[in-house]
Amino acid sequence: MEKTAVLDLLRQKFPREVKEAFTDLGDEIIIIDKGSLLPILKLLRAEPHGYDLLLDLTCVDYVGQEPRFEMVYHLYSLTKKRRLRIKTRLSEKELRIASLTEFWKNANWLEREVYDLFGVHFEGHPDLRRIFMYDGFEGYPLRKDYPLRKRQPRLRLRE
Amino acid sequence: MPEAKKRQLPAQFIATQFNSILGWARKFSLFHYPFVTACCGMEYMSAACAHFDIDRFGAGWTRFSPRQSDMLLVVGTVTQKLAPVLRVVYDQMTEPKWVVAFGTCAVSGGIYDNYAVVQGIDAIIPVDVYIPGCPPRPETVLDGLLKLQEKIQHQDQEWRWKRRRY
Repeated sequence: MEKTAVLDLLRQKFPREVKEAFTDLGDEIIIIDKGSLLPILKLLRAEPHGYDLLLDLTCVDYVGQEPRFEMVYHLYSLTKKRRLRIKTRLSEKELRIASLTEFWKNANWLEREVYDLFGVHFEGHPDLRRIFMYDGFEGYPLRKDYPLRKRQPRLRLRE
Repeated sequence: MPEAKKRQLPAQFIATQFNSILGWARKFSLFHYPFVTACCGMEYMSAACAHFDIDRFGAGWTRFSPRQSDMLLVVGTVTQKLAPVLRVVYDQMTEPKWVVAFGTCAVSGGIYDNYAVVQGIDAIIPVDVYIPGCPPRPETVLDGLLKLQEKIQHQDQEWRWKRRRY
């Protein structure tokens, strides 16, 4: 009962925005609308919930489904020692979502990674540019429709 | 022949070819530049340090400037992003120079058959010796070094005042 207190509260406070809230294999998971990401995270980050650490932020490409992309956020509360996973879907046509850089500094590089490898745009990011791939690289290599053996060398290769 | 002269003779000279003695000198004084990018670096360290000790074969002198080194050890994965750097390092080395591809990633890209990794550094620079293994055992590294020495000994040496046939 105590475990799902956060989920119950989220269901009450955001009845429309929280699509699903459940526990799977001991992890608390909520699935939300992308527009409500900032208000929900603001609530979760503040006391008494205290999810003050952004563990990871990444993207999944479900090619063939609609909406195609899914953003995944992993939060952790250092005081309560509890985790929470937040998922939200993005369609390919409108591949943009609010940036978390104003809440967590480490979201900066994580969002640049997702931008570089998946092509998701983060609104409000202070410095949204490539982090891994080199200038002139075309396409988004972690998307499932990127050709498996496509190479984009920077030099003219020998032989 | 007087007895004293007979004793002196063998130590006075050796008969050899200049090409051969230059190869002998070069193969035992390999200054190496470690271009270490990945986990194979640990194996390079154990091969270079006291337990396996490549200094026994005359390759103990590590130079961290390509301009002072003869042997380029490419140890680990080379990504497409890094490829121009490796080319510059190779171009900065002075002749004569040799390249060793150390580990499966440097040899062929290894398990990284993807968008980011060069599929073998011989697509960027010429390679003399390939040392396979993921990572290679230090014994394999020593074997590769001996093979390189054999190659240096028997190759056609270049030197500055060498007469060339044009």
